Amino acid sequence: MTALDTLRGKYIEAIASAADEAALEEVRLAALGKKGEISLKMRELGQMSPEERQTTGAALNRLRDEIDASLRARKQGLADAALDARLKTEWLDVTLPGRPRRMGTIHPVSQVMAELTAIFADMGFAVAEGPQVESDWFNFDALNIPPEHPARQEHDTFFMARAEGDDRPPHVLRTHTSPVQIRAMQAQGAPIRVIAPGRVYRMDMDQTHTPMFHQVEGLAIDRDISMANLKWVLEEFCRAFFEVPSVELRFRASHFPFTEPSAEVDIRCSWEGGQLKIGEGDGWLEILGSGMVHPKVLAAGGVNPDEWQGFAFGMGIDRIAMLKYGIPDLRAFFESDLRWLRHYGFAALDMPDLAGGLSR
Amino acid sequence: MKFTLSWLKDHLETEAPLDEIVTALTDLGHEVEGVEDPAKVLGAFRTCRVIEAQPHPNADRLRLCRVETWPDGPDGPSEEVQVVCGAPNARTGLVGVFAPVGTHVPGTGVDLKPGVIRGVESNGMLCSERELMLSDDHDGIIDLPPDAPLGVRFIDYKGVNDPVIEVKITPNRPDGLGVRGLARDLAARGLGTFRPLPIEPVPGRFPSSVSVTIAPELKGKGCPIFAGRTIRGVKNGPSPDWLQARLRAVGLRPISALVDITNYFTIGLNRPLHVFDVARIKGGLRIHAAEGGEELLALDGKSYTVRAGQMLISDEEQPESLAGIMGGELSGCTEETTEVFLESAYWDPITIAATGRALKIVSDARYRFERGVDPAFTLPGLELATRMILDLCGGEASEVVMDGAVPDTSRAYRFDPKRVVSLVGMDIPAAEQRATLEALGFTFDGEMAAPPSWRPDVQGEADLVEEIARVASLTKLKGKPLPRAQAGVPKPILTTLQVREQTARRTLAALGYNECVTYSFIDEAAARLFGGGSEAVRVENPISSEMTHLRPDLLPGLLRAAARNQARGFADIALCEIGPVFAGGEPGEQQLQATGLLVGAVAPRDPFGSRRPVDVYDAKADAEAVLAAVGAPARMQISRKVPGWWHLGRSGIVGLGPNVLATFGEVHPRILREMDVKGPAVAFTVLVANVPLPKVKTPTRPALKLSDLQAVERDFAFVVDASVEALALVNAAQGADKALIESVRVFDQFAGEKAEAQMGPGKKSLALTVRLLPTDRTLNDKDIEAVSAKIVEKVSKATGATLRG
Repeated sequence: MTALDTLRGKYIEAIASAADEAALEEVRLAALGKKGEISLKMRELGQMSPEERQTTGAALNRLRDEIDASLRARKQGLADAALDARLKTEWLDVTLPGRPRRMGTIHPVSQVMAELTAIFADMGFAVAEGPQVESDWFNFDALNIPPEHPARQEHDTFFMARAEGDDRPPHVLRTHTSPVQIRAMQAQGAPIRVIAPGRVYRMDMDQTHTPMFHQVEGLAIDRDISMANLKWVLEEFCRAFFEVPSVELRFRASHFPFTEPSAEVDIRCSWEGGQLKIGEGDGWLEILGSGMVHPKVLAAGGVNPDEWQGFAFGMGIDRIAMLKYGIPDLRAFFESDLRWLRHYGFAALDMPDLAGGLSR
Repeated sequence: MKFTLSWLKDHLETEAPLDEIVTALTDLGHEVEGVEDPAKVLGAFRTCRVIEAQPHPNADRLRLCRVETWPDGPDGPSEEVQVVCGAPNARTGLVGVFAPVGTHVPGTGVDLKPGVIRGVESNGMLCSERELMLSDDHDGIIDLPPDAPLGVRFIDYKGVNDPVIEVKITPNRPDGLGVRGLARDLAARGLGTFRPLPIEPVPGRFPSSVSVTIAPELKGKGCPIFAGRTIRGVKNGPSPDWLQARLRAVGLRPISALVDITNYFTIGLNRPLHVFDVARIKGGLRIHAAEGGEELLALDGKSYTVRAGQMLISDEEQPESLAGIMGGELSGCTEETTEVFLESAYWDPITIAATGRALKIVSDARYRFERGVDPAFTLPGLELATRMILDLCGGEASEVVMDGAVPDTSRAYRFDPKRVVSLVGMDIPAAEQRATLEALGFTFDGEMAAPPSWRPDVQGEADLVEEIARVASLTKLKGKPLPRAQAGVPKPILTTLQVREQTARRTLAALGYNECVTYSFIDEAAARLFGGGSEAVRVENPISSEMTHLRPDLLPGLLRAAARNQARGFADIALCEIGPVFAGGEPGEQQLQATGLLVGAVAPRDPFGSRRPVDVYDAKADAEAVLAAVGAPARMQISRKVPGWWHLGRSGIVGLGPNVLATFGEVHPRILREMDVKGPAVAFTVLVANVPLPKVKTPTRPALKLSDLQAVERDFAFVVDASVEALALVNAAQGADKALIESVRVFDQFAGEKAEAQMGPGKKSLALTVRLLPTDRTLNDKDIEAVSAKIVEKVSKATGATLRG
């Protein structure tokens, strides 16, 4: 064993056994410091012969580099250990709750309106709106419901108060979204495709009725739109809305003053253990009223009935929301009970679209 | 509209089973709302014979009967069953009614099970009429004559097997308010043959002792035709059982033969009639408009005072009938009546509807006349009813007296078989279409189709199409794709305001608010608190005292909701609503609001001390978030001229000039008290429609300018009067060098007692940080000093601020 080997063994061992950075620094000074053992040996090189210098010099250089690398490695190791030791003392209870964050919700009526909009937008229907206080002309007359028609009485209408001396017929809180048909036709003419969702009002309050609820009106007018097109549109809507592979609709003759022919529309369904399933079973559930727009209604909207024809339909938004999402009680929609809002509400970012599907 | 199957079969010859008839009615547009089928409820109860009745071995009052039953009817084999029976009349040889095990007994609500009574098996039941709910008779079990047929259904034996059908008749189909009209529809559908109704006029034996005159003001208007005749020598007792049974089945109380006959015509033929007791009227009958104020005791026992213009039938002395709506009590028929005047008239539907509504009388006659009975059937109906009175009550009829004439309802529309395809999309052969219309009573003259007199609803070509499609059945309609109006990817369809409404809603939910939908009407007191409650927004006929006025603001509804939730134990509440509010009662005087309400604390108690009461700056931050989301500009003015329901010192208005975009702040404590809300409560309202539209609509963003030069931040602490607003300092600082100053932000406020102790009474300190972004060269100390000095100068000049030492 040469002297250098001895030297190497001594310092490698000293480095390994240095307990902390201070001890390690002492080892460094003893070996590589100005007066360190290896530094002194390096200085002795000058007194050697060139041959000797060449071999000893190279060996010394290697030794110095090795010791230096070893010192650095040990230093890093000591630092890592010290950091780990510190982090251990910084322990926190990670089972504590995260910082509180409020979770908001979207009301089911708003959500279903957004679903309706997404579906009908794809079929080219725009969204029309109209005032909720309506003149009786828009709410009734224009829709072929003359003043003494029994159908007018069946609407359970809310009337606005009339000031003394104002002899106009009282305005009404719109009893349906159908007056928007007239306003949309007057504004836009034909051809036209619109839906009109919104609040409507009827004087009725019991287990299944509230004096305010929501409807969506549909209107499509063109030169050759038929009731068969209506059926297809409603089939497509129901399939997409209820998110089922297929639906079956049944048209039943009925009467609405503003359509002719008129049909009530039933959807095939089953009730098993209180659970509604759309698209299968032996039951039929009435979901909407529809028909071909009455020529007088077209005329009231400023559209020539000899040139244009089309369909209209009206559907309860709250009702289809109840059917789709299994919400039992209509009255709770308008009570703003936080428990209800949180249970039946939707997340802010659950924006219905056809690409991602309507519901999550 | 209720009727029985046998009644229908008087007009329709059919073998169709009940289910098929029910389905067809609904499909034809007469929605069946209920069917009471005795066979479904009582079909299992059959006649039986007690072979032997012996005392029960273990009970004195019970009997042990061996009963011969016919489970499959009289033609099937008989079967002996042992029954324990407690009826005193259970005896050997009795012919009674047996219910086998498994039967539901309607009178007791019990499903029969095999049983053991006092140690003896009993398998079924011998029944009383009350157990079948056929009568109240419960003296013993049913005891039939010994020769009664055995094994037959008791309902067939008793003649009570007549299903009752209830249909909803739409207001356009008055003909459906008569059984015959429904029979005609079913016959057109092919469910049987429509039976003819031969009219044989009854010859008059003598002149009528009662004359009729329609006053000139009603002739050809309110009362086009009024006809009648007297019948003398009638005997008015109870009507025959079959007639009573039918009336009872449809929910009418049998009264007397004469009255029952008029009801029978009302339901059967949609021909309301009236009978006057001739002995109780003086002179002739006059049909006239009321002068107003006349009183009449009607058949419902109530007294009505009529208004001018309403139609009356009066004799020489007084009104005797509310024309077309309800007869008078004083001239009504009784058991003693021997001579009657039978009325058959046609009344104008609109006049009847108006009068009926004004008097609030609901009667079968009004219901039919206001929808429109068949005017052409006025006289045939009179003849048929005369015949029935003579048949059931005897007597002889006078000649017919009449004033006015049957109104001319004749009209015709072009029948174009192609319209069914183009309007409905059903391909039905022309001959079949024509046959359908003919079956419904339409007549043809070339290509013109004339509707029958009983169909006032048919008013155009589209109605012809409807009739054909309805009878052919819309269930056969097949959907046909509606092509896109334009090929390709659909264009966006929402308006800017509609998009903003959605954005505001989703933003509020993202900020943690639970969206509510509250009623558009509120109570007057709450409306007044929020600047509403005027006469213009009052609902004339509110459904409750809580819903009398259209809401002027969304806050009252949300505050009430918060109070309800507080009562349920929720302390921290974040509610919002996006909906219309009403400034007035004219169409269009409504505006879209987006309102958020925070009550309680911002967070629940937690280990980090997150909980603190909500304050005005929470509301402001959320209002600004909504404004930003709907596209409001970054810089707006804040003013303090808030409406009275806000805390005067802690609320503000965000605006652009006079244009108000939002209001935020603490809700006035008095309002909270009035609405029972425990504070603190802060809120904001954003008027999304008031946010100006972008001047240029392009998806392209302005170019991004990035500077490689170092930005510099400098802090300034100013001392100002406590009433000086921070925004004044910020705006002044911002104006010091618009090119160089990128942003100014308030980062500290030192106010209150301690601050005043340091800086003097009425003073506070506000600290700003100003970020300088050089454009062409790095700033040196001199540049920074220069701009700093300018900032201090500007702020001091604008606000009287001094730099804090």
